[in-house]
Amino acid sequence: MIEVLNAGVALLVVGLALWTVVVRDTFAAAIGFVAYGLLLTLVWVQLRGIDVALTEAAIGGGLTGFLLIRAAARLRHTEAAARTERPRAALRLAAALVSCLLSAAIALAVLALPDPAPSLAPQVAASIAATGVGNPITAVLLAFRATDTLLEAIVLLFALIGVWSLAPDRAWGGRPGPRYSADPDGMFAYLARVLPPIGIVVGAYIFWIGADLPGGKFQGATLLAAMWLLTVMAGLADAPPVSRRWLRVALVAGPVVFIAIGALGVATAGAFLAYPEAVAKSLIIVIELALLPSLAVTLALLVAGAPQREEG
Amino acid sequence: MSSWIDAFTVIAVSAGAFFFLAGTVGLLRFPDTLTRLHALTKADNLGLGLVVLGLLPRVDGVPDALMLLAIWLLALLGGGTASQLIAQSARRSRERR
Repeated sequence: MIEVLNAGVALLVVGLALWTVVVRDTFAAAIGFVAYGLLLTLVWVQLRGIDVALTEAAIGGGLTGFLLIRAAARLRHTEAAARTERPRAALRLAAALVSCLLSAAIALAVLALPDPAPSLAPQVAASIAATGVGNPITAVLLAFRATDTLLEAIVLLFALIGVWSLAPDRAWGGRPGPRYSADPDGMFAYLARVLPPIGIVVGAYIFWIGADLPGGKFQGATLLAAMWLLTVMAGLADAPPVSRRWLRVALVAGPVVFIAIGALGVATAGAFLAYPEAVAKSLIIVIELALLPSLAVTLALLVAGAPQREEG
Repeated sequence: MSSWIDAFTVIAVSAGAFFFLAGTVGLLRFPDTLTRLHALTKADNLGLGLVVLGLLPRVDGVPDALMLLAIWLLALLGGGTASQLIAQSARRSRERR
């Protein structure tokens, strides 16, 4: 019975992925991508990757989906013009050929993987106790593969700088996005008043529980960012000008603490991002606590977009 | 005792699944935005509510049960608000025409 359900979900995922690529309307493709993200969440749950499922739902489906929908809405008025242009047959044939070759190469690479796949899992499982963290995913992300996590946090900052660089000169350092206004007695403003207290508690919970159970800073930060954006989009609060000092400090504080603790590891534990065993768990908590607000602000500002209005 | 609980779960979750099915059929078949939204809320409110109700006797402990209920209430809040907003925007675009 469960196999039938699994096969059904797998077929749906592949079908939806194909549809998202093939469909010509950008907006429909963005919606398809969100639905695809939610289905993928189900797949991860079924594979018992709850951490990945949470991240997929929060960032893959939710945040990225939101960004894509906004982009699609923005492109709408140019889309009709773009659709009248059809590239020449030779060009389309070449594109199809290159795509097929690339897919074949990837398929070959996957098929050529050794079986069983090379794995460090036994060594990692044997050493997890040394980190003092109960959730193996958190232990791997912050102890054994801390470099990846650090680079992830930094790459988000670079993405934000990329978004900001799209600002017109006069709005540089100003407030991102339009000033939203909604009926102050309407449903949306009501939601923006009722939901944030709940969302903040759930976000903090998911963050804190990440030490021992599925959860963590990325998922928690996404929820916090969403709550902030909700109040901004309902017109209850305005996005701050991106030139504010506190904002810049909040953005870089997490990565700076991470790098500082990592550098400390050179002196105390013999390698960059190595933690002395006695305080490993405390250091991991400090890094997570420092990254949470930075990630929340970074993700919220990524969605809020480029500065559009002069400071005022 | 446990067979009664099993029967309750099966009935409640099946009823919930039925409302999801009915809501989906309505979403695909109904003629305009407002009626389609109406179909959708049946799946959200009743369907999810019945699934949660059916699962309640099977969780261990009150905190888990409260969490399930909270999920249903949050889905109600989110779904209700989104429906209102979509309906508003649908009405406005119809008036503009």
